[in-house]
Amino acid sequence: MDLMTEMKDFLIERENTSYEVIIGLEVHAQVTSNSKLFSSSSTKFGAEPNTQVSLVDAAFPGMLPVINEYCIKQAIKTGIGLNAKINKKSVFDRKNYFYADLPQGYQISQYKYPIVGEGKVILDMPNGQKEVGIERLHLEQDAGKSIHDIDPNNTLVDLNRSGVALMEIVSKPDLRSPDEVNVYIKKLRSIMRYLGTCDGNMQEGSLRADVNVSVRKVGATEFGTRCEIKNVNSIKFMQMAIIHEANRQIDLIENGKSIDQETRLFDTKKNETRSMRSKEDAHDYRYFPDPDLLPLEVSDKFIDNIRSEIPELPDEKKKRFIEKFKLTPYEATILVSDIETSKYFEEVIKEADVKLSTNWITGELFAVLNDKNLDISQSPISAKNLSKLINLIKDGTISGKIAKTVFEEMIDGDKDPQKIIDTKGLKQQSDPKAIEELINKVIKNNAEKVTEYKSGKDKLFGFFVGQAMKESKGKGNPQLINKILKEKLNG
Amino acid sequence: MSSITELSLNEIVSNIKSKKFSSTEVTKAFIERSEKSKKLNAYVTENFSSAIDCAKKFDEKPNYELKLPGIPIAVKDLFCTNGIKTTAGSKILNNFIPAYESTVTQNIWQQGGILLGKLNCDEFAMGSSNETSFFGNVHNPIGENLVPGGSSGGSSAALAANLTPVTIGTDTGGSIRQPASFTGTVGLKPTYGSCSRYGIVAFASSLDQAGPMTKNVKDCAILLEVISSFDKKDSTSIDFKRNNYSSELTNNIKGKKIGIPKEYRVDGMPQEIENLWKKGIEFIKDCGAEIIDISLPHTNYALPTYYIVAPAEASSNLARYDGVKYGFRSAGENLIDMYEKTRSEGFGEEVKRRIMIGTYVLSSGYYDAYYLKAQKVRQLIKKDFDDAYKIVDAILTPSTPSSAFKIGEKSDDPVSMYLNDIFTVPVNLAGLPGISIPAGLDKNGYPLGLQIIGKPFDEQTILNIAYSMEEKINFKNNISDWWI
Amino acid sequence: MTIDLKTVKHISKLSRISVDDEKANKLAGDLNSIFSFIEKLNELNTENVEPLTSIAETTLRFREDEIKSENIREKILKNSPENNEDFFVVPKVVE
Ligand SMILES: [Mg+2]
Ligand SMILES: [Zn+2]
Repeated sequence: MDLMTEMKDFLIERENTSYEVIIGLEVHAQVTSNSKLFSSSSTKFGAEPNTQVSLVDAAFPGMLPVINEYCIKQAIKTGIGLNAKINKKSVFDRKNYFYADLPQGYQISQYKYPIVGEGKVILDMPNGQKEVGIERLHLEQDAGKSIHDIDPNNTLVDLNRSGVALMEIVSKPDLRSPDEVNVYIKKLRSIMRYLGTCDGNMQEGSLRADVNVSVRKVGATEFGTRCEIKNVNSIKFMQMAIIHEANRQIDLIENGKSIDQETRLFDTKKNETRSMRSKEDAHDYRYFPDPDLLPLEVSDKFIDNIRSEIPELPDEKKKRFIEKFKLTPYEATILVSDIETSKYFEEVIKEADVKLSTNWITGELFAVLNDKNLDISQSPISAKNLSKLINLIKDGTISGKIAKTVFEEMIDGDKDPQKIIDTKGLKQQSDPKAIEELINKVIKNNAEKVTEYKSGKDKLFGFFVGQAMKESKGKGNPQLINKILKEKLNG
Repeated sequence: MSSITELSLNEIVSNIKSKKFSSTEVTKAFIERSEKSKKLNAYVTENFSSAIDCAKKFDEKPNYELKLPGIPIAVKDLFCTNGIKTTAGSKILNNFIPAYESTVTQNIWQQGGILLGKLNCDEFAMGSSNETSFFGNVHNPIGENLVPGGSSGGSSAALAANLTPVTIGTDTGGSIRQPASFTGTVGLKPTYGSCSRYGIVAFASSLDQAGPMTKNVKDCAILLEVISSFDKKDSTSIDFKRNNYSSELTNNIKGKKIGIPKEYRVDGMPQEIENLWKKGIEFIKDCGAEIIDISLPHTNYALPTYYIVAPAEASSNLARYDGVKYGFRSAGENLIDMYEKTRSEGFGEEVKRRIMIGTYVLSSGYYDAYYLKAQKVRQLIKKDFDDAYKIVDAILTPSTPSSAFKIGEKSDDPVSMYLNDIFTVPVNLAGLPGISIPAGLDKNGYPLGLQIIGKPFDEQTILNIAYSMEEKINFKNNISDWWI
Repeated sequence: MTIDLKTVKHISKLSRISVDDEKANKLAGDLNSIFSFIEKLNELNTENVEPLTSIAETTLRFREDEIKSENIREKILKNSPENNEDFFVVPKVVE
């Protein structure tokens, strides 16, 4: 990989000017919990509309919020994972606005005093590490869902999501390119999955982000006016939205126009962002402390208990993999990026060679998973069987090439590699006598070619290897074939 | 013997327990009188036939262990009642039938109480005269065209007119104590966190408290005992040891120190009220308690503080009435139009006014100047009481700066209406318990009340003081049944 | 300070309550008299005072993470002014 080209900053070039893009993210991560933040209805995805809605979630008169302890723990756990300050006292506020899928007419959120303060996340970029600051993490309620495409005349409202706990993780404006955004989101997701605080499933909406974008001329120190692109639910769309929005802002600057600070929407079909609200209708959320809830206070002991439950996180694990298993940083990054992958890897190398295991997991296995669009937890080949296969290569029972054939067989029903080798007779031929016999036959049958070879046509060596391999039905030990062939032809 | 409806709760309970009355007899008596009293407009919803069914059921299998054995009770229409329309006095909830029960009413039914009906109140409890109700004025049984106070005006009227043996109200700024004072009855606002707010249509969450409204102090203690409970469904409910208020009730208040705050002598307060207060002080002395002059220096700032805090919370609490999930909806061209029409037509003028005040004081640029400022002053007001309670056990003040006024008299001037709550509001801001007891009549024969304010969670002391004063005052209400 | 018509219109917009000009004028008058009464608070210096947000002097009580409510869709939708058995229904929203 040419590091020099990778190291180039992401800049948008216009005639005489280069522009830098400044990006900050407000990631909404759904807290993994059984029940909602302030009510005891289920958070399960995919239920029939309005079947997971309690009187509290639908904001019936006289209904009151009661907080879920587990959601508090999850937020603190995530805060610890983000190397952030945990605030022992925080406050829930009401964010007031009217919307069809906001039954209370306000969202319970945290405004002035969030549960988690400043922290940081390390990104592994091709050109080295980059630190991204975390501004804060706070707990808040999710809204319901407005459905516009079932009834042609009306909007339908499903409140199943209403009241589900979200962690809003606000980054500092430290991101500079769509690539960094990609790595940042994946890193956040990885940390939360290690912690078990958010499943990170973007298809199910467990992870969405508001993207704040501004641009400035290279060399400028002040930030430009930013626009917020609301609720983007895939990394690809975030990247598209950023590029589009940055270019839109640059166009305005180039044409001598000013940028309005506003909220925009990314239209995935037209690949453009557009303004969501006119200025007159500017939002005034009238935040104030929710009088139905008291201040949230947690003790040192409460936090310490959570701290003691924190597993090894990706950064530490990566360090360990490099030191203990002598992996390259690149290999380690890939293997720790997802907790399930790292678990799989550690399971395989319990009994098998590290180097071969690394290659087989990041090579053949990832290809299969990619192809079948599977998570490693759904891998058709168990860690146990993969480690068996690797041992069979290592001890010379089969060649790497045969191993690929065996691997293909294993995919279907997680078969034991030894059994495949036995039933198909794929065991490698490593008996020197047998190989010599087989090479003698090849030499005898190709006398003309032997003469040519001996007269200096070196290239023909490969031909003899191929013939010998063919004669062994592919099972001949390649090293042995090479060795004996050389002795015979050159001797 | 006087008729059933004139008896106190305590007397009716004894008579039921001694099987002198059946629940059915009692229930029918109150229904009969309620039927004859429609002119008062105390009820929004009557539950008479099912009340009789419940009474019969009780009589078939009576349980005399209960604190309210087969007692029919009408409640303020701010408490959600399962399967029974609950309106909060508003058009916007005119067709709302909850599928759940408030904790406070649930506590009553659990102790054998029977729902007689839902009583009129100011819309969303915003008012001091019951004139803001969508269902019209309530007449004070004391005199025609006289307001019964508010917001629990239907409750005070029904109680004073003997349409229910006891009732419950809610008190955000005086909504139990002021109507009690206007109708010659007893009303207690408990310490914030005593009675669960679960299932009560919210007005201002940091101030709202449910409380008993009764004909005498003993009844008040019984009913408080029933409704005060710790409730996990309300995050502001407080788990403290509750007394057996009625059995611990005593008229022995010897040695208690009672504070008299000088700031409660306000300009323009009628001499009669000043005299009544003096009389109260004498009664307390007669009971062997000690009178101590105290100062609550921020009293004058309580009402302006209240008129920031309460509307701010209300503006947010009432955002849920948007025509989507329940209640009234006015058709609109689009979502926003539907919201604006629904809320414009569904809310009455006073509620809209308060939503607007609340929206304004929370809006960007004004939050610090109004809302934050009010929260700070609220701290000072609370501190006044904290300081006073280092010296005294309770505080005695008038309940209201005037007696009941005429319907329409103050409805054009919001500020003069708000001044009604000048003595009751500080108690809500500080979260304290306060009781109003009838203490005398003015020159028109209208009742006047005295308020006793207690330390947090010390309802027992103010009940005891009220109980001992009640004996001395020997108040007789002057009601002529003019509406029958 | 005075609250003008424009401010009244703005607050009414934020409150999602439509007011016509006549009502807005009346409201402006009411609000001005209420706020001139509220201005009394400016007499007080509150610089070093902690705001009081909650009168209950305890902290937030926690609930366990248990699913306790079952499907009550019918009850939830029963009171809604317009529904189609599965959903709440509002006028078409164009995003
Ligand atoms: Mg945002
Ligand atoms: Zn958010």
